[in-house]
Amino acid sequence: MKSDTFWRYATLAPAVILFVLLTILPLFNLLALSFHDVEWLNREAVWEWVGGRNYAKLPEDTLFNAGILNTIIFAVLAVAFQMVLGFWLALMTTRVTRLRVFYRAVFILPILVPGIIIGAIWKLMYSYDFGVINQAVVLFGGNPVDWLGNPRLALMSVIIVDVWHWTPFCFLLMLASLESLPQDIFEAAEIDGASKGQVLRYIILPLMMPAIIVTFIFRMILAFKVFDEIYLLTGGGPGTSTEVISFTIYRRFFTEDQSGYGSAMSLATIAVIATMIILASRFATKKGPDA
Amino acid sequence: MIEHSRTGPVLRHAVLIGFALIVLFPFVWIVMASFKTQIALLMGQWRFAPTLFSYDSVINGKTSDFVTNFKNSSIIAIASTTIVLSVATLAAFSLYRLQWADWVLRVLLAWSVIFHMVPPITLAGAWYTMFRSVGLDNTYAGIILAHTTINLPMALWMMGVFIRDVPKELVEAAQIDGARTPKVLRYVVIPIVRPGLAATGILCFIFSWNEFPVALTLSQRATATVPLGIGKYAQENTIAYTEMAAASTLSIIPAFILLIVAQRFIVRGLTSGAVK
Repeated sequence: MKSDTFWRYATLAPAVILFVLLTILPLFNLLALSFHDVEWLNREAVWEWVGGRNYAKLPEDTLFNAGILNTIIFAVLAVAFQMVLGFWLALMTTRVTRLRVFYRAVFILPILVPGIIIGAIWKLMYSYDFGVINQAVVLFGGNPVDWLGNPRLALMSVIIVDVWHWTPFCFLLMLASLESLPQDIFEAAEIDGASKGQVLRYIILPLMMPAIIVTFIFRMILAFKVFDEIYLLTGGGPGTSTEVISFTIYRRFFTEDQSGYGSAMSLATIAVIATMIILASRFATKKGPDA
Repeated sequence: MIEHSRTGPVLRHAVLIGFALIVLFPFVWIVMASFKTQIALLMGQWRFAPTLFSYDSVINGKTSDFVTNFKNSSIIAIASTTIVLSVATLAAFSLYRLQWADWVLRVLLAWSVIFHMVPPITLAGAWYTMFRSVGLDNTYAGIILAHTTINLPMALWMMGVFIRDVPKELVEAAQIDGARTPKVLRYVVIPIVRPGLAATGILCFIFSWNEFPVALTLSQRATATVPLGIGKYAQENTIAYTEMAAASTLSIIPAFILLIVAQRFIVRGLTSGAVK
């Protein structure tokens, strides 16, 4: 098979080249940028060495701090609600066979629609003056609520959109896992007189743990990337109440044209996320065997 | 029977239908809004005389870029999907069937996992700077390359899953018969993984079509994609609400068509590769 050595390399090369050119090289590019201030004169980049000044600015940047904090609040709350709701709905509805294709199509739809359009739809529905949500509030005798304009409500309103967006997906994964559990265990538990709560606690939850963890990780990764919906719904405001980290980076790097500082922020964010991945995988392997 | 599903079938369907209605309601509402006049929308009317005015101004309006956006999105999504499918299939075949050392497989997969977890916006700045210095800023090529890279980890895992289903013996038999890699791929592997290619391709297409932050940073008016066009509505001082609704409705159509004609591929993709 010696003649195939060429093809061995040729088949793997494109992927390796893409990764090197567009993921590894940019990291070094960011590293270099982060120690400079960059100005664009015509098409020429003028780099000025500033040492660690960009990094030193980070801890005092209120936008950056708000971005980190809000991203964590958003991710934790939204994913927790989606998982619990999805799991509960799956428990309620296992073994439905009729209309299966229809239900599945409906529940997949939200994740196929561009996030920005989800944002557009909900921006209209949340509208203070004519949104359908305030119509309902008024119909039930309440006063119109400024869902996106009130700093104390805005983050919650954004989380509600995300819960609507992703609960169907969590539900589908939970349902698939629940339906693949061996049935004889449940019969045995029933014969032994186990209560519903006991079956849930000692049989369903442990058996579903791998699926729960996978869904959780998948959702957390996406939640930390949140950008589109917030860009359209609130633009990070009012104030910094819905500022998330991707948005802060976008703002600093592109809107304000601070390439060097934006790069430092990008790398700091990557470092934070990498640390969390390492901690989470340590935790998972520690918990793994008995979970 | 699972204990917890002892709830009667009627209740189960009631829960599911209620859930489905909550999921569908915003879509129905936005479609309705797109057929309203601005006044009917602002008045919150439920009974209204439908008008195509918003669609007309989105598609034919002088200041509307929607048709261009649609064309740009199609070009970018189709090109990046084609490239990422080719690259990922070749790489997955190489990794799982051409006797690479274990560490090569591990390093590549680990790197793709890490890259997948990092928000793309963190790299967008570097992409922008790099593309700009080689003249790829505000070109299709730049965004296509970026979308290809963003989708590569997922495509690699998914095609990995499907290629591992190709029996080793089949590949080896073809190699013993003297078939070289291009022939093995063409006549043995591709025919077997074709459903997997469809599943992976559809997801890559949708993710490229939907992608917003990177397209936002790498393109200007001439190369702007559909999500950017929608985003622009919200940035204006007086938002043209009904036009935003009409443009949103039009933008959902590709996803909707794929969902109807290719649901089984999407399900297969979501359950086999994207999540595993």
